[in-house]
Amino acid sequence: MTDIDHKHAANDDAHEHGSEVATKVGHSPVADIPHKPRVTDTDPKAARRAERQVAGMFTLSMIFVIAFVVAYVAIDKGTYVYIPVLGDVGASNVVLGFTFGAAVFLIGAGAIQWAKKLMPDVEVVQQRHDMTSDKSDEEAAAANYERGKEESGFARYKIIRRSLLGAMALFPIPIIVVLRDLWITPPGENPVEILSTTPWEDGVMIIPDVGDQTGLSPETSRGIRPEDLPVGGLVSALPVDIGVIQEEEHNLNARGKAAIILVRMEPSEIRSQQGEGWDYNGIVAFSKICTHVGCPIALYEQRTHHLLCPCHQSTFDLADSGDVVFGPAARRMPQLPIGVNAEGYLVAKAPFAEPVGPSFWERDRT
Amino acid sequence: MTTTVNTNTLGDAETTPKDDPLEIAGGATAKYVDQRLGSNRFLGRNLGKVFPDHWSFMLGEIALYSFIVVLLTGTFLTLFYKPSMVEVMYDGAYVPLKGVMMSEAYASTLDISFEVRGGLLIRQMHHWAALIFVAAIAVHMFRVFFTGAFRKPREFNWIVGVTLTALALGAGFTGYSLPDDLLSGTGLQIIRGILQSIPLVGTWAAFLVFGGEFPGTDIISRLYAAHILLIPGIILALITVHLMMVWTQKHTQFPGPGRTNDNVVGYPLLPVYMAKAGGFFFVVFGIIALIGGLVTVNPIWIFGPYTPDQVSAGTQPDWYIGWLDGALRLMPNIETVLFGFTISWNVLVPSVIIPGILFTGLALYPFLEAWATGDKREHNLLDRPRNAPVRTGIGVMAIVFYGILWIGGGNDIVATTFNMSINSISWALRVLLIVGPPIAFIITKRICLGLQRKDRDKLLHGYESGRVLRLPHGEFIEVHQPLNYKELAVIQGKEDIAVLPAPEKADADGVKNKLYPIHNLQHKLSSFFLRDNVDKPSKAEIEAGQAHAAHTAELEAPLHDYEDLDQDPVGHGGVLHHPGMAMTNQEQIDQRH
Repeated sequence: MTDIDHKHAANDDAHEHGSEVATKVGHSPVADIPHKPRVTDTDPKAARRAERQVAGMFTLSMIFVIAFVVAYVAIDKGTYVYIPVLGDVGASNVVLGFTFGAAVFLIGAGAIQWAKKLMPDVEVVQQRHDMTSDKSDEEAAAANYERGKEESGFARYKIIRRSLLGAMALFPIPIIVVLRDLWITPPGENPVEILSTTPWEDGVMIIPDVGDQTGLSPETSRGIRPEDLPVGGLVSALPVDIGVIQEEEHNLNARGKAAIILVRMEPSEIRSQQGEGWDYNGIVAFSKICTHVGCPIALYEQRTHHLLCPCHQSTFDLADSGDVVFGPAARRMPQLPIGVNAEGYLVAKAPFAEPVGPSFWERDRT
Repeated sequence: MTTTVNTNTLGDAETTPKDDPLEIAGGATAKYVDQRLGSNRFLGRNLGKVFPDHWSFMLGEIALYSFIVVLLTGTFLTLFYKPSMVEVMYDGAYVPLKGVMMSEAYASTLDISFEVRGGLLIRQMHHWAALIFVAAIAVHMFRVFFTGAFRKPREFNWIVGVTLTALALGAGFTGYSLPDDLLSGTGLQIIRGILQSIPLVGTWAAFLVFGGEFPGTDIISRLYAAHILLIPGIILALITVHLMMVWTQKHTQFPGPGRTNDNVVGYPLLPVYMAKAGGFFFVVFGIIALIGGLVTVNPIWIFGPYTPDQVSAGTQPDWYIGWLDGALRLMPNIETVLFGFTISWNVLVPSVIIPGILFTGLALYPFLEAWATGDKREHNLLDRPRNAPVRTGIGVMAIVFYGILWIGGGNDIVATTFNMSINSISWALRVLLIVGPPIAFIITKRICLGLQRKDRDKLLHGYESGRVLRLPHGEFIEVHQPLNYKELAVIQGKEDIAVLPAPEKADADGVKNKLYPIHNLQHKLSSFFLRDNVDKPSKAEIEAGQAHAAHTAELEAPLHDYEDLDQDPVGHGGVLHHPGMAMTNQEQIDQRH
């Protein structure tokens, strides 16, 4: 502390910091902080006003709790009200949130007001203690350790020590091994094979994806005729038996792989394809699952034939083999060769030539 | 010593403690417990424990309190939520989705939102509290970093804090996925893609996590177990450790009057700190409830149930995942095939390697800095950020890096809002991500050094008042005021650390220093950290400087006397006059007569 500190502390006509708490248990005053008395320290009227404020907040809190219970019972959960700024909102939610929030907030505000206005606002000082233990404690710890080592014979019994270390190293193995069956799919199935196959095969009819997850069966689903699809149009589509597969497998796995998009352009606009004649009169089919991390894609720009992924903005050129033109995706969108069946509906002509969706370690070994 | 009204005496007239039956019962209870647990030993020592005060110390409190709100509201939600992916046909109160097939998880979340009274409030409070939890942790971490509170002896607590940050992200993401709506399901699909990108084990890891192929039917119940038991359990345990360490080591404090490295200045636990901290819990709780009631968050009924073949455009993850999504968006599309095996750098780097480096660097930072500066002392006084320019620069650099990734996570929103090309935004951000952080470092460091110089000037010359004074002999001076005791103590709290000396290649006897390269690196790092620091003037210089400032201020003192007299000085501005000269209108009039 410098002399200047002293001077300031002494010059201040406020009473010396902590002078009245000096005798209290566990407190020692900070000598060089002058204390400015608050209004509530000097004016009993102000102190009583603060007292009333605090009690008022606590009382108001109780009233809000009652209001909450009343609102819970009285307001129907289906009631909507218009509140400026918030718009049409559920009345129950707003009132319950407001009353409960106010009740809780007022308890806190009251307590803080109490602390700031009526409790002492003088800072006190406590000494810190070195984190390092005393020499005697250190020696006691060391002696106890030595004693334990000696009595257990941990150092002497080499075989016990080594076999214990071995046992301790091995015992967690079962805990890890049992995690194997986190993968519950039928045994013997290879994940690489699963990721590389989709329901698409030669002759599987293409049906439009209407967005509902079920209710699709081969009988009720109508296929897509080429003439249904105008030039520039895009249709999300699935294999005709997707409903059956989902019913068998009780999951959406097949849907996650089989989703495709059909896009029609003028045959002259197609600059390249992944296979000779994989389009049908300018209709091309591509996987809908992004090769980056697997988001479904359907943002299509008719004029440029670009397909944009809404998740990470990978952009593919469907007129040019589905090649990547921008973004983080490294691989082109897999193309599905299509044609029409005897009834004139669009069908797949072959399975996908490569795995769809995001990359994986063994992908290029399939 | 003039005014001493003790507030404690105001209410004393009503009862004396000895007669109050409650006091007697309380005393008896304390005794009963003490005989069994020895609790009075603890209470006697700790009820008066001193906690320093500063607004920034509330940031950690906000994190703690919002976590408690998360626990309370989350428990309520478990009573109604069904973690099942069994497909059901919805037949609830929300008309637009009637008859739609969806998972039980999604349906039960709709029920919580529309059928359970107060359900939506609790769900929104849960979500808001979680968002605030992560935000408070982040800002609390900034405070701890920029003030050097992580230095010895608090390195362990820093690591606990970094772990808690990572766990908070995990807690947030697993919870975000539970409603099984279209938005969060797409997030899980991305997680699947990230898992698959891990070399060697990725494919299997993805199948283990999802119980087979994506999406499967198990992931929701697994995330549920992690979200309500595993992660919060660890968080709770680590928060306990975190607070116990703060308790044992005593809270750090900013430099100020009376504050040293060996003491702690503040308010005692009972009553002031308890009332303020306890009250603040209710304030945080209340504000979260108000927001939960008034502001919609995550309206899952708009997104619809999850299906792997649909997605909505322009949707965003919770804010704290944005930077990872941004990293995925900005990474160039690099993929290599090595010996027939595929390595997707475009996914691996942004989602595994960058977060890995960031979190590892964060955890190791206290040790790296201590090694680089050779600083082995205990620090209980906080640094002002300006006094550690390199550390502050590194921190701002990291924040800028994070911030650019975060903006990248919303590049589509930026593009549509400002009608710009998404490609050019992405490219600009890619460049900025590399160029921005170093520039931020340099600017920050310069600002810090400038502030240090300013502090040094203040110590040497006092505070420039901007008031020019003409002395009786005609000299013009600017009045410098001495710093007030608070500012003086704060600025003097700066510690100067010397750069580690350059090591010798060989000692006097010609024995080669085998550790030369390491010691030399340490020397260079220490120089990088410390060499530009502006040294604090010596004590004598400071005192001389302050005394000089006080002197110029004294020269000005007679002018203040006029102000005190509440009389208009004659139009002589700041010119001092010889004794006996008329100073005021009244004196002039008097002299004339």
